Formats: sequence, structure tokens, C-alpha cells
Amino acid sequence: MDDKNSKIDSRRQFIKQISTGSILAATGLGFSSLTSCKEKSQEKTSLLTTDGKLVQVPNSEIESMEHLHHGAPLKEARQGIPNKKFVMVVDLSKCRNARKCVQSCDKHHDLTPERPYIKVLEMKDNEDSSPYWMPKKCFHCDNPPCVKVCPVGATFKRTDGIVLVDNTRCIGCRFCMAACPYSARVFNWGEPPEGKLDIPYSPETSLPSRKGTVAKCDFCPDMLRDDKLPHCVTACPNGVIYFGNEIEDTVTNGEETVRFSTLLRDKAGYRYMEDLGTKPRVYYLPPVDRLFPFEEGKQKPEVS
Amino acid sequence: MKTEDHKVQTFENRKEKDLFKNLIFTSKHYKLWVAFLLLVIAIGFFAYYRQLKYGLIVTAMRDYTSWGIYISNFVFFVAISLVGSLFSSILKLNKNEWAKPLTRISEIIAVSAIVCAAAIIIVDMGRPDRFFNVIRYMRIQSPIIWDVIIISTYLVISILLLYLSIIPDLALCRDELNDVPKWKKRLYKITAINWSNDPKQIGLLNRVSKILSIAVLPVAFAIHTVTSWLFATTWRPGWDSTNLGPYFVSGAFMAGAAIIIIAMYFIRKHLKLKAYIREDHFDKMGKLLVLLSLVYLYFNINEYLGPAFKMVGVEGEHITELFAGKYAPMYWLVQIGGLILPIVLLLFKGMRKPLPISIISACVILGAWFKRFLIVIPSLQHPYLPIQDVPEAYRHYNPTWEEWMITMASFAWFLLIITVLIKLIPALPIQKHDHVSKNIPILNLAKNEK
Repeated sequence: MDDKNSKIDSRRQFIKQISTGSILAATGLGFSSLTSCKEKSQEKTSLLTTDGKLVQVPNSEIESMEHLHHGAPLKEARQGIPNKKFVMVVDLSKCRNARKCVQSCDKHHDLTPERPYIKVLEMKDNEDSSPYWMPKKCFHCDNPPCVKVCPVGATFKRTDGIVLVDNTRCIGCRFCMAACPYSARVFNWGEPPEGKLDIPYSPETSLPSRKGTVAKCDFCPDMLRDDKLPHCVTACPNGVIYFGNEIEDTVTNGEETVRFSTLLRDKAGYRYMEDLGTKPRVYYLPPVDRLFPFEEGKQKPEVS
Repeated sequence: MKTEDHKVQTFENRKEKDLFKNLIFTSKHYKLWVAFLLLVIAIGFFAYYRQLKYGLIVTAMRDYTSWGIYISNFVFFVAISLVGSLFSSILKLNKNEWAKPLTRISEIIAVSAIVCAAAIIIVDMGRPDRFFNVIRYMRIQSPIIWDVIIISTYLVISILLLYLSIIPDLALCRDELNDVPKWKKRLYKITAINWSNDPKQIGLLNRVSKILSIAVLPVAFAIHTVTSWLFATTWRPGWDSTNLGPYFVSGAFMAGAAIIIIAMYFIRKHLKLKAYIREDHFDKMGKLLVLLSLVYLYFNINEYLGPAFKMVGVEGEHITELFAGKYAPMYWLVQIGGLILPIVLLLFKGMRKPLPISIISACVILGAWFKRFLIVIPSLQHPYLPIQDVPEAYRHYNPTWEEWMITMASFAWFLLIITVLIKLIPALPIQKHDHVSKNIPILNLAKNEK
């Protein structure tokens, strides 16, 4: 039953995505390589429009586009992807503060460096223990304090475990920011620095941002709908971040796919501040047998 | 001046004469005072216009210090508003006859403060245009919704308490005041709702006031307790405390008593009501303030001793910051100058004279305002995870001129409501007690001591 429903759902989903995409959005994917042709004005390229017509467009008119992925519309974005329970494992022994996760996240969410969703924190548990790098994003808690305090349900928990923000509903009271023990949330204090983006809003992409509303790491559900990994996972050069479906008990960092439970068991996985009872969906593997010396991360430029 | 030209209405009753005077005369000082308040409000509106245009970026609030003086000012006004219940409920039900003349002032202050609290919380919203989402998408689980519900309840009860107590005086104004503009006459006529001192009306009014004065007490306690839960339901150091409710409520009563003393001083002086607000009142209020401050001191010790003894993690960092760090000067100034010294000083009879006690009360009020700053802001600067890779501005919080002006405008607004209300209605009850309880003389305090 469930399987059938999900199939119908995904088909409906597919049709919807097609119909909501603009001509360029649907076809532009193949043209990122063509952008260099822009100057040679005479050449033309055949494009397929969303309603099935074949058209020719001069190359000079073609522009490359980013953010081709459109998340689900508001109502669907509240539901979550069926049969999924997303989970993330961050292996602290592999992180050298390369900051590629931060950069790719900033790029795909149109964030400026002072307002990142991901932070790589320099941690030191006590005076004698050695320091380590700790990539931190929203923990998508199963008992989320931010969702509990929101007066209007602008931040919500989905069936697939993801906590999202609907910035068309957020009233900007910032109670969620006060309630989050992990400082995961950022606020659009002024107009979003990226300017106006002409794409339909979805909580799944967190784009476009809106003045006076809260935002945070969203686990990139727009990618997940296409069975792709979140940007931070694929961007990491060291395979620090594993991501997967808890129901299938598998997580992958893009290179190797492992059993989630085995990984946690073998490498003594833990959740940050378990005693708060927030039940995070992000696990950490302790920084033992490091791949890189801590100091190596210090040499990197702080903010690119 | 115009008022000097034509014959001014005179009253035979001494009390009417004294109390109506302010309603008929408009002094130059009064006009200047109102003009000054309006100017401050206008600048505040300009600052708010800028905030609406550019967003909360005009404030000094950023991702870590995400709540600033708007919230601490909100807590302050909620605290002030509790004073209404102190007089119209606690003192009244305990038959403290001396406090009766002060009831109206306290009710006016309560209404004014709660209106300002509601306004300032809207100013703090990132999206005030979506205010009605609070009703449309209301989630009853959220402490903010509890606060919205309890504040509106308290607002209604406070307005009712004030209105019911002024009906007989409104009728008196309607009947006695001839020398007032037409709109004022009409206002008195409408608002007096056919009050005619009928025994039936008086009986009904008494019954309703009694019910309300009982009903307001739990609501008043709830309003500040719920406000404390906005903080206590989070994990922030200094907020994550079971002591926060009584701590807030006791602090509110202290601040409320202090603001009444200041109001008494100015009303007495400028409305020339020395015969009605007597030194005995200041003396009694001084004793009351000491009592309320001692209760607050007790909860203060409870609030800080435990965490300061244990010094656990971020809670310890927070305590260190308050006791010996960046906020130490403010903290000790507030605790000593706004709490301990007032208690000690007010133990002396000489200090309970009108002028000294008013100055001491002003210190208490200043302390109360900055205490709320210390409750709200430093807590946010000590999250569990370290603050790293942020612009320098994210680490500190120094309110911008927009924030200060909006805050000042909220004070001006608070004072303006009080000023206008005591211009429209007698600052002390004229009629009520004569009719309601003939056997209790108005100045029973003075008589008792003879």
C-alpha cells in the first residue's frame, strides 16, 4: 500500500516539478557548458520547452543558471519524503577544516560568509585534551526545541525527520533562536544580501530568503527528492560527512556506503549534548586516529 | 490666556474644587510636557520607520544576541503593570484603607504599562505585518501564545477595573463640569453610561468590582510568570531556572511600588494635592517597598547562589561575566544601588519623606530596568557551542540610537497615556467612597493617627 502511494506521489511530484519549472529551468541544465558560447552571437541551439515544443535560441540569449532545483511547494514541503528518516554522521577524525562544506552550502543557499548555515568550530573539551574541528549544522532534532516554541508553526518537523522553516509564515519573534541550544539558526536582519531571486519559494531550498525571518540548515531536501546527497556531503574532500536513511540503516559519504548502526557501534558514535534530550539526527564519531593534524586546519584562510 | 478671561467655574465641595482644577485648567507646564512627550514619540516613530524600512538590521541585535532591549523593556513594562493588582486587589482585599486614594493612580499606570508592553513586543517582531499569523496559525503549545492570551486577558481586566472605578466620577464630571469643551461633555456623558448614584447601580458596581479584584490577582501573577517562562523554557544560562517565575513576580511588585511612589510625588506636586496624598502615604509606601524589596532580595539570592556555587559550564561563564566580567559594573550597580541600598535607606523614617523616597524609588526603577537588561542579554552571549567565525559586531551588544529612541518613545508613550488620563478624570476618586462606604472617611489614615 505504502509503496504504491509513494509511487503515485513521486509521479505526481515529477509532473508538478516539470510544470512549475520555467523554460530555462527545465532546459538550462544541459547548457552550463554552453555559457562560454555566449559571445559567438550567430550560433543557435535547439531547446525543448516544457510543453514539448522544439525551439531554436541564439546562443547569445542563453545564460547559465544556478538553483535549478526547486523544492516542493509549501504544502508538500510540510509532509516530508515518504519512507525516509534522514540521518547524518560526522566523522571528526577526518575533518581538517577544509571548509568546502561551508562554501558549497553558502553557494547553494545564496549565503554571505557572516551568515552561514554550517560552521566548523574549533573545539577543545578541556585544558589537556587536544583540539579538534567540529562541523556543525542544524541537528534536525527529533524533540526539537525550536518547533516546540514557535507560536505560528513556521518551523516544523517532517515525517522524514527534517526540521524546516516556512519563511512566508515566520513572524520574526526569534524565540526559536533563543530556544535552540546549538545556535543553529540565523536571522535575516536586513534585506537578504543576495538581492531578489526570481524563483518560487520553497522551504526545501530556503530560497529566496526574506527580510525579518529566520533561516537555517535544511538538509537540502530538494536534492534528496532527486536521490542526491546534500551539498555539504558531496563537497567534502575528506569524506567527513555521512548521510543516509535510518530506515534502510545505510549512510554514505559519497565514496563508501556503510551500515549506519555498524558505523555507530564500531566508531563509538555519539550525539552532541545527549543529556538535553533533544534527540539530534546528527551523530558524531569521536576525533580518534586522526587523518590530519589539527594545526593543518589553522592554515586555511578563515573565510573565503 | 483664554482661561483667565472668562469666569472660571467654582465648586463648593472642597474635594471637587481641588480635584477638578486639573481637569479645567491647562497650565503652560502641562502643554510643554505633552509637547515634549510628543516630540520623543515622533523621534521614536522615525526610528521605527527606519526599522520597518531596513529591517532589524538597524538594531544592534545579531544572530547570537538575538533579543535586545526591546525584550528587556517589554519585561519591564509587564512588571510595572502588575502594580494595578497590588492596589486594586491585594491591598484592597486586605482592607488597607490608606491605599484607597492611590488605587486609581495604580490602575492608570497598570493600563498604560500593559498597552506599552503590547506595543513594544510588536516593535520587536521581524515581521510585524504578519502579526495576525499569531491568531491564524496559533499553536497553543508555544509559550508566546500563552503570553499573548494572558496579556490580553490582563489588559481587558485592567481596563475594566479602571473604568468601573471611574464611572461615578465620570457621572460627577458630566453633572458638575460646565466649563469644558463640548467634546469633553459628550465624552463624560457617553462614558458615564447613565450613572445616577442609584443604590441598585452602586450595589451592582460593588459586586462586579469585588469579583474583578479577586479575578485580577491570579491573572496578574500569571502574566509575569508566563513572561518568565518565555525564558525558563529554554536552555540558556540564567534562564534555565525553576526560580524564574517568583523571581520575576517579586521584582515586578518592587518596581511597581517604586513607580507608584514617583507618580505620587509628581501628581501631588503638580496637581497640588498635598491634602490628599499625604506624607503618611509616602511613609506607608516606603515600608511597603522595603517589604517587597526584601522578598525580591530573597529570590535574587536564590537565583544566583546555586549556580555561583556550582559554576557549571556555560552557567558558570555567565555568572563570572555578571560578577566579575563585562557586565559586572552594571550588575553590582543594579544590585546594590537598586536593591540593597534602597532597603537599608528606607528603614530610616527620614528617608520615607516625599522627596528622598522619590529619589530612592527612581533608583529602584532604573535598577529594575537595567536588571531586565542583565536578565535578557548576557544569557544569550553564552551559548553551549563557542561563538566563532563571526564579525566582531556579533560578539557584543550595544543598542543603536534607533533602539534607544524607540525605547525612550515607549516611556514617553507610557507617560503620555497617564498624563492624558489624569487630565480627563480626577487623579483620585472623588465620589466613589462617599457613596460606597459612607462609614469610612476619605482620609481615614489621617484620622486614625490623630
